[in-house]
Amino acid sequence: MASITFIDYQGEKRTVEGANGLSVMEVAVGNGVPGIDADCGGACACATCHVYVNEEFLGKLQPQDDMEISMLEFAENIKSNSRLACQIKISDEIDGLIVTTPESQH
Amino acid sequence: MDLSDAQSIVVVGGGQAGAQAAFSLRQGGYKYKLTILCDEAHLPYQRPPLSKAYLKGELDGERLFLKPANWYSQNNVELKFGSRAVTIDRSTNTVQCEDGFRIRYDALILATGSKPRKLKVAGSNLKHIYELRGIEDTDLLKKVALPEKRLLIVGAGYIGLEVAATARKLGLDVTVIEMAERVLERVTAPIMSAFFTRVHQQNGVKILTNTTLSHFEGHCGDVSMAVLADGSKIPCDLVLVGIGIIPNTELASDAGIACNNGITVDRNTRTNDPRVFAVGDNTNRPLVHYGRKGRLESVHNAIEQGKLAASAILGSNRPVEDCPWFWSDQYDVKLQIAGLSQGYDEYVVRGNDQSAKFAVFYFRNGRLISTDAINSPAEFLVSKKLIISGVNVVSSKFEDTSKPMKEILNNYTI
Repeated sequence: MASITFIDYQGEKRTVEGANGLSVMEVAVGNGVPGIDADCGGACACATCHVYVNEEFLGKLQPQDDMEISMLEFAENIKSNSRLACQIKISDEIDGLIVTTPESQH
Repeated sequence: MDLSDAQSIVVVGGGQAGAQAAFSLRQGGYKYKLTILCDEAHLPYQRPPLSKAYLKGELDGERLFLKPANWYSQNNVELKFGSRAVTIDRSTNTVQCEDGFRIRYDALILATGSKPRKLKVAGSNLKHIYELRGIEDTDLLKKVALPEKRLLIVGAGYIGLEVAATARKLGLDVTVIEMAERVLERVTAPIMSAFFTRVHQQNGVKILTNTTLSHFEGHCGDVSMAVLADGSKIPCDLVLVGIGIIPNTELASDAGIACNNGITVDRNTRTNDPRVFAVGDNTNRPLVHYGRKGRLESVHNAIEQGKLAASAILGSNRPVEDCPWFWSDQYDVKLQIAGLSQGYDEYVVRGNDQSAKFAVFYFRNGRLISTDAINSPAEFLVSKKLIISGVNVVSSKFEDTSKPMKEILNNYTI
């Protein structure tokens, strides 16, 4: 179980709890957190669950695989702390995770 | 017609397209009555995992839902489960459901989806012959998809091949029969058909193309044998039929709404009745990057048209059409498709098509029209951008794997 805080592009914060094994994307969708479209439902096929990860948590996340790296390379408004939320698995280690959602996923 | 003062919007169908229309209406500020008539008994859910992770048992049913139940109550969206719309009265703007429920609309969104095409051969009513469209279909198949059962799949389209891959992981013995001369014939080029045939064969699937089913034979009511047109027989315990889908247009056509291989809609998903919109698999829509109309059976289309309908009703900024895109996961292969390859006059291969990472680019009149990318997301994403731009390209540049896709993209001003 981990507590995750989503901050939208206007600065509004929403903190929700997620069960281990789910993805950060699923926790956002399941709690109606806006700013994450997740068109493909977590198949790593669309890059519409792009988030910016708070720097202090970057090292605690599982590393990106080749698919995620390539998907992000061509997404819009990429930064060094960009990740796809569907590829971040919830675990106790990431309790307190803070991510910011972009203004648009397209 | 300005519908921005609509007091009641009715969505017929709770699939991905209908649900998206409702999400986008609320997100866009629509405050009045919003009703979704669902003929299924579930919250709106995603279908793609039904042939993959959900069938494999890796994903609980709840993880299929597009939004949790409380989203609908919090956002005052009424889901009428089990209410199947049977008639539309356009003179009184009402929809009549089979269960007697009747509702008035100011704007109507038809998201009636599609149904699996049925086999018409003798023996098709035997037990253990399945199709795959909804959660219940997968639940039925999942119960009987046990190791060493002999599964015969009729049709080598995406559903058939995805189920074949899943069934192999579950330990079933799998045979796929296909009438056409190659797998995925309707949607892809011979080189991709050869690739997927090889991948499935390497995973122990028997694939028989140019093969026509004659009929099924049974034992005590259960299917036991498929008999082919040439008289040969394939013993089987289970059959999955995946031979395409038919758009559900009867509700619209009975009401005099124009249909032609789908409900005919304009770029804003409006039908020939200005109060009536249609979204999803059931529409024949403008394919703006291709200068023609067609039907798209995809998540991309469901989401895009749901958003377009909402913006048309609200009179808000419409999203720009994306190029059609699709994906399929089989074994460790992720296929991502950008665009539509029908009508290509040239193609080039980037990478080694004997490996599990390459892409096929399809061109027409010097423009990129589609790409099949195998475990190659950069090729997929760059292709989307180039297809949308409509820019003239040099096909040979795409073959050069020493140049990253980013560099190829940067050759063009888009």
